[in-house]
Amino acid sequence: MSITVDSELCSGCGACVASCPYGGIEVIDDKACITEDCNLCGACVEACTMDAIIWTKEEVGIEKVDLSQYKGVWVIAEHYKGNIHKVAYQLLGKGRELADTLHVSLTLVILGDAFDDQLEELSMYGADEIIYVKSKILKNYYSDLYTKTLTELITENKPEIVLIGATATGRDFAPRVAKRLNAGLTADCTGLEIDSKTNNLFQTRPTFGGNIMATIRTPNSRPQMATVRPGTFKKPEAKKRKVNIRQIDYDYSEKDSVTKIVKVINREKSKVNLEDAEIIVAGGRGVGKKENFKIIEELAEAIGAEIGGSRVTVELNWIPQDQQVGQTGKTVTPKLYIACGISGAIQHLVGMENSDIIVAINKDPSAPIFNVAHYGIVGDLHKVIPALIENIKKVKSAED
Amino acid sequence: MKIFTCIKQVPGVSEVKIDPKTNTLVRKGIPSITNPMDNNATELALSIKEKHGGEVIALSMGPPQAEEVLRQALAMGADEAYLLTDRAFAGADTLATSHTLGLAIKKILKDSGDEKKYLVICGTQAIDGDTAQVGPELAEELGLPQITYVQKCELKGDKIITERVFRSEETVIIESKLPALISVLKEVNDPRFPTMTGIVNAHEEMEVKYLNANDLKAGKENIGLTGSKTEVFKIFIPEKKGKHVVLEGSVEEMVQQLCNNLKEDKLL
Amino acid sequence: MDFSLTEKQKMIRRVTREFAEKHIAPIAEESDQQSRLDPQVMEEMKKMGYFGTCIPKEYGGAGLHEDTISFCIITEEIGRIDASWSITTGVHASVCAYPIYKFGTEEQKQKFLIPLAKGEKLGVFALTEANAGSDAGGVETNAYLDGDEWVLNGSKIFATNGGIAETLLVVTKTGQKGKRKELTVFIVDTNTPGYSVGVREDKLGVRASNTSELVFQDVRIPKENVLGSVGSGFRIGLQILDYGRILMAAQCVGLGQAALEASIKYANERVQFGRPIGSFQGVQWKIADMGVAVECARLLTYQAAWMCDNGLEYGTMGSMAKLKASEAAMQATHDAVQIHGGYGLMKAYAVERYFRDAKMAEIYEGTSEIQRMVIAQKLLRRGY
Repeated sequence: MSITVDSELCSGCGACVASCPYGGIEVIDDKACITEDCNLCGACVEACTMDAIIWTKEEVGIEKVDLSQYKGVWVIAEHYKGNIHKVAYQLLGKGRELADTLHVSLTLVILGDAFDDQLEELSMYGADEIIYVKSKILKNYYSDLYTKTLTELITENKPEIVLIGATATGRDFAPRVAKRLNAGLTADCTGLEIDSKTNNLFQTRPTFGGNIMATIRTPNSRPQMATVRPGTFKKPEAKKRKVNIRQIDYDYSEKDSVTKIVKVINREKSKVNLEDAEIIVAGGRGVGKKENFKIIEELAEAIGAEIGGSRVTVELNWIPQDQQVGQTGKTVTPKLYIACGISGAIQHLVGMENSDIIVAINKDPSAPIFNVAHYGIVGDLHKVIPALIENIKKVKSAED
Repeated sequence: MKIFTCIKQVPGVSEVKIDPKTNTLVRKGIPSITNPMDNNATELALSIKEKHGGEVIALSMGPPQAEEVLRQALAMGADEAYLLTDRAFAGADTLATSHTLGLAIKKILKDSGDEKKYLVICGTQAIDGDTAQVGPELAEELGLPQITYVQKCELKGDKIITERVFRSEETVIIESKLPALISVLKEVNDPRFPTMTGIVNAHEEMEVKYLNANDLKAGKENIGLTGSKTEVFKIFIPEKKGKHVVLEGSVEEMVQQLCNNLKEDKLL
Repeated sequence: MDFSLTEKQKMIRRVTREFAEKHIAPIAEESDQQSRLDPQVMEEMKKMGYFGTCIPKEYGGAGLHEDTISFCIITEEIGRIDASWSITTGVHASVCAYPIYKFGTEEQKQKFLIPLAKGEKLGVFALTEANAGSDAGGVETNAYLDGDEWVLNGSKIFATNGGIAETLLVVTKTGQKGKRKELTVFIVDTNTPGYSVGVREDKLGVRASNTSELVFQDVRIPKENVLGSVGSGFRIGLQILDYGRILMAAQCVGLGQAALEASIKYANERVQFGRPIGSFQGVQWKIADMGVAVECARLLTYQAAWMCDNGLEYGTMGSMAKLKASEAAMQATHDAVQIHGGYGLMKAYAVERYFRDAKMAEIYEGTSEIQRMVIAQKLLRRGY
C-alpha cells in the first residue's frame, strides 16, 4: 500500500497538509510531497480538492489463508448475573442480515452456566444454531478460559465472521483470541457491511476521538473479527425459529485460570469533570430558585449526565463554582448539552457552543440560545423537563 | 524486578477540529503528546518501584520524534528507555505492533539474565486509534496473564492485586501471579509532573536506546504493514449530526420528537 | 545565530506551563483577593524544584545554574499564570539562594544554600529602607564588630518574602571612608534574637506575594555569616541585582503574554455591532502593538540570559530587558483591560488583576527611571 501525489494534477493548495495528523505531507515548490512521517492513514486522499493523491492498495499476500474454508457468522454473547447482555441481541439482528447476504448460517455462542432454561427464548432472535459451552465456573467471566474455549471452537468450526460486544468484557477477550488466531480485529465498530465484490466484511469505526471515521477490512485472515458498540444495532423482533442447539460440557475448575477472582464490589459513581463529561444538563436563571434545581438533577440522573450551570446560578449559590460553564467558568465539549432556562448570552455560549448536539429549553422564543441549539423547545422548563424525564425513562426501559 | 511501560506518542486529538470550509482535519498547531493513559501506566510503574524496588523500563514503537515521550518517562523517573524505530515498523496494526513490542521485551529480559518475575503495564487505549487491543495482544505475544480496565493495582510479594472495571456498576478484585500484563484506566492515578531535576537528568545524563528490526531479529512478515491483518479501506469525515430546528406541538409531542431525534443520533 | 530552544528547554516550558495551569490557575483569583499563597501549592512547587532552579544539584537544586534561559522560561511560564508565585520563587532563587552559591564559602553553602534550594527555607534580599529606595547607597541599617560577632541594627521595608522567610541577605553599612559608605552583605538566620517582622504590606498588585518590613534590634550575627568579604557589599549587591533583574524581566514577559492571550480570546468572542470586536482596526492595532512589545521583551530577556550563561557582561542588557518587559507588561495589560471594556474592570476577569500586577513591575527591582539612568550611563560612558 502506498500513497503518491500526481504532480500534474496537484495545485499546491495545501489542503492535504492541513488534514494530515502526522506531518506526512508537505508542499514544496508548489507541489505536495509525501514525507517519511507518512503513516498511510489516507486522510489526505479525502482532503485533496484536485483528486491528485493516489492511494494504491495492493493486495498484501504473505501466507494465503484458504478463505473458502471459512463459513458462517458467529455472535459471542456475554452475560451477567444470569442474563445475556443486550448487545448480543443487537448483534444477532445485524448478524442475521450479514448471514443472509452471504447465504450462510448464524450461530450464537454462550459460555456460561445455567442457561439451559433460556435457550428456547434465545433461539427466537435469528440464530440458526446455538453453541452452549456449559461449565459451573463460567458463571463468572475468566479472561483466559474464554480465550482458550473460543479459540478452540473457532479453529474447529471456522466461522468467517465473529461479532462481539464492545464492552469491558468483550474488549478483553476479543484481542486475545484474535492474536492467538493471528486474525484481524476491528474495535468498537459503528457500522458493518458486506462488500458485494469480494464478500469481505467492511467494518466502520470512529478514530481520533470520533473526528474521523475509518472503514477497515481484513481480506487476508479469518475469521474477520469485530467488537461492536452496544446500541449501534437494534434488537430484532422475537420470532419462533427452528434452531439447532449444541451443548458442550467443559469441566473447568478455578485452578484452570491463571487469575483469581477475589470478590465483586459495587462501584461508586465517581464525579466526572465537566470537561470530560459526555452529557451535561445545565440550568440557568430560568430555573427560578435553588430548590427548583432539583429537576435539573433529576434530569441529569435519568439521562446519565453531569450537572452544569450558567454564571448567575453560581453567583446565587445554586451550584458550586467548579460547575460553571462559560467565559469565566469552564469550556465543555460534550456529546450532548441540554440548556434549561439559559438565555444564551455570549458569555455562556463560548463555554459550550462546540458541544456535538445542543438542546435548548426556554420560555422565550427569542432567546439567543436557540441560534446555536440543534433542537429547541419553547416552553416552561418546569413542565417540559418532567415530561422529558418520563420519556427518557420509557426509552431506557424499552432498550433493556 | 523489571516493570515495563509501553508508551505511544499521539496527536493531541482533543484539540482536533474540522475546518467547516474544507471539511478536513485542522492539524496546524496540534502538539504531539504522550497518550494520556500511558502516562498513568508510567506513574503506576514508578509508584510500584518506589514502594517495592525494581526498575522501570519505558518502551515506545514509533518514528524518531517519538523519542520525546520516552524522555518524558525518563524525566518522571524511569530507569531506561527504548525506542523501537525502523521504516519496516511503519503502517503496523495492533497485531504487528504487539509483536514488535513483545520482541523488544523478550530481548531486554534475555540480555539482562532472563528474569522470570516482571510486570508489563499498558494504557488501556490510545486516543488516536482507540482500539484497546495492543495490551491484550501483547499479553498473548508474551504468554502472560492479562487484566484489563484496571483502576487500582497493588503489588504483594509475587502477586498483583487489581481492581478491574467489570460493568458500569461493578468492579472485580482480581489477582494474578507475576509475570503478568495489565492495562490501566485514567482513574488508576494522577500522573506526576517530571521535576526540573528530572528533566535535566533525562536530557543530560540519560540516553534513549534505539532498537531497529535487525536488533530485534524481527521477521518482515510479522512487522509493519506486511505483518498487519487489518487494513484501512477508506477514511471519511462523519456527517455532522443534528439539524437546527425548533420543535413544535404540545409539551408531550415536543418531548417525544426530541427523544426520537436523540435516539437517532445515538445519544439515548 | 540559533534562536531555537533545546529539547530540554522545550520540555521545561511545556511541563511548567501544564503544572501552572493545573495547580496555580484555579486559585489565582482567590490568592489575589485573600493575599494568600496556598500552602498546598507551595508544597507542589517545592517538589517540582522551582525554589532551587538556579542552584547545582549537589546543593539540592535543579541544576540549571548554567542555563539561565531555562530559569527565565520557568519564571515566564509561572508568571503567565500568576505574578505573585513567579516573584516568590524567582526572587527567592535569584537574589537570595544564587548569591550564596556565587559568593558564599563552602560552609555557608552547606548551612544555608541547601535548605534554600530545596525550599525548606524561604529567602529574602533585604536592601530597601524607608530612606533608601532608588538611592540604594543611602542605607542606614548598620553593624559593628563585637568580638566574633557583628551586631546589626536597623530596619528594611518592602522585603519580598519578608514575612515568611528564614534566611535573609541583608545589605548593611559597616563603615565609612570619607564620603563613601562601606557596605557588607550578611546572611541572617531569622531565628536570631532581636529580629522581628514588622508590617505586612497590603498592596495594589502581586498581592499574594508577601512584602514585609524587617526589624533588627541588636541582632548578633557570627562573623562567618559575612557574604563575600567585609566592605564588598556594594559590589556584590550590584551583581546580585543584575542577575535578579533578568528574572524579573522574565516574569513581566509572562504577564504580558497572559494579557495578550486574554485580549486575543476576548476580541474573537465579543460581538458588537454585528461582528467580533477583533475585526475593528482600533482593537487590531492594540493587539498588534501588544504582540510586538511582548516579543521584544522576550528577546531582550533571553539575550541577557544567554550573555550571562556565556560569561559576557550582561548588566546593561538585563536593565534594558527589565525596562522593556515591565513597560510592555504595563502597556499590554492596560490595553487588555480596555479591550475587555466594562468586563475588564470586573474582578471575575483576570485582566483586572494583570493590570494591577503590571504596575508593580514598573517600580520594583529598580524603577524604570533607575533603569534608564543605568542604561544611559553605560551608553554615554562606553558607547555600548
